[in-house]
Amino acid sequence: MKDNYRVVIFYSTSAAIRTESLAKKQGLAIKLIPVPRHLSSDCGICLQFNNEDKPKIEKILQDGKVEYENIYKI
Amino acid sequence: MIYLDNAATSYPKPKEVGQAMMYFLEKIGATPGRSSHRLSIESARILYQARESLAELFNVDDPLRIIFTLNVTEALNLALKGLLRPGDQVITSSMEHNSVMRPLCELEKRGVEVMVVPCSSQGVLDPVDLERAIKKNTKLIVLNHGSNVIGSLLPITVVGEIAKRHHILFLVDTAQTAGCYPLDIKKDNIDLLAFTGHKALYGPPGTGGLVIGERVDTKKLIPLKVGGTGSHSEFEEQPDFLPDIYESGTPNIVGLNGLKEGVRFVLAEGVDKIHQHEKNLIIRLIEGLKEIPEVTLYGGDYRKEQVAVVSFNLKDKWPSEVGMRLDEEYDIMCRVGLHCSPATHKTIGTFPRGTVRFSMSWFNTLEEVDQAIIAIRDIAKGA
Repeated sequence: MKDNYRVVIFYSTSAAIRTESLAKKQGLAIKLIPVPRHLSSDCGICLQFNNEDKPKIEKILQDGKVEYENIYKI
Repeated sequence: MIYLDNAATSYPKPKEVGQAMMYFLEKIGATPGRSSHRLSIESARILYQARESLAELFNVDDPLRIIFTLNVTEALNLALKGLLRPGDQVITSSMEHNSVMRPLCELEKRGVEVMVVPCSSQGVLDPVDLERAIKKNTKLIVLNHGSNVIGSLLPITVVGEIAKRHHILFLVDTAQTAGCYPLDIKKDNIDLLAFTGHKALYGPPGTGGLVIGERVDTKKLIPLKVGGTGSHSEFEEQPDFLPDIYESGTPNIVGLNGLKEGVRFVLAEGVDKIHQHEKNLIIRLIEGLKEIPEVTLYGGDYRKEQVAVVSFNLKDKWPSEVGMRLDEEYDIMCRVGLHCSPATHKTIGTFPRGTVRFSMSWFNTLEEVDQAIIAIRDIAKGA
């Protein structure tokens, strides 16, 4: 079932926490997890979300002007 | 005991403030934004919630544009020293605290032009005088929103409009107003809002910060300090994004969890309600003091808007003597002297003698004010 998830990788923990807070307000099933080994990031945590929520997550990032590195499939 | 020194530090605090600090020490403990274990993540969430509550209070869209400092002094130093360069002009008022005057004095020696616009002896600033002082090289206007000596307010909304029109940044020192007087970074046209946690936001000492408005180019605001941020660790250069650019080293997360609860308390009670309560206290106090012939009161029409700070003197008595008697004989805590604001005392005509200052908070009552009036009447009569 793993390929049902994606993660947002951030530059800073503050941005990750902010996105978590914004996504929670919309009731999305998200989780902060350590960055998977094959993806490198200095910020040790990333935000995991369900594949189908990608448009919603992208909108949250855009509307909130959140700086992030990238979104990856895991 | 009656505590009337809230303009220095508010006391008591809502009980949730101390509880939150203890909770952090006992249950969380970890550094925010560094490690990826759950305690560190929880710590980062707390830090974010503190920003979020302040963002709600000041009407800031992005909580990450609020950066934390030790107090308002550090926030003002960051804004002033970070923005001003030799050859720039900065405009301020004659009602400023030394937290603005001293950094400006230092910057003046480095080639920054400092223009101090005089205010009336009642602490009133005419925005026309301020606009007239604007020149081609004016970079910044900095004003103290509420006077820590007489409680008067400077017209920040009007000045903010002037700053915007002239493409100048506007920095506001909200030490005496954040939490007890309505503040809105958008409506008041504020570019940089410096606040402290330990006064009307009911947080502990060691907390404060700076709101960095959208008009501020962070490339032109140099950090006061740089170091570890938990981000961009592969580079030896400071990260360029908010809030990390201005927040190096482990923050006072214990204090900030307390501040978060203090701000939530203010939001739950409501700033308007707090302001109204304090206004009732100030009117009662001033009307009581006015009936004592030996009392000289400073400031303007107290029925207009102001914060809960009053300065006065007693005929033939030094402020220090009055303060000592209030403490020792009447169990009343207040502050006497110059209140770190020589400029203000020169403006209101009380330099170098100073004044006796009473300052109230949400937790003071009309009964306490009445007792303070009786004490002053006794001391004035030489009892």
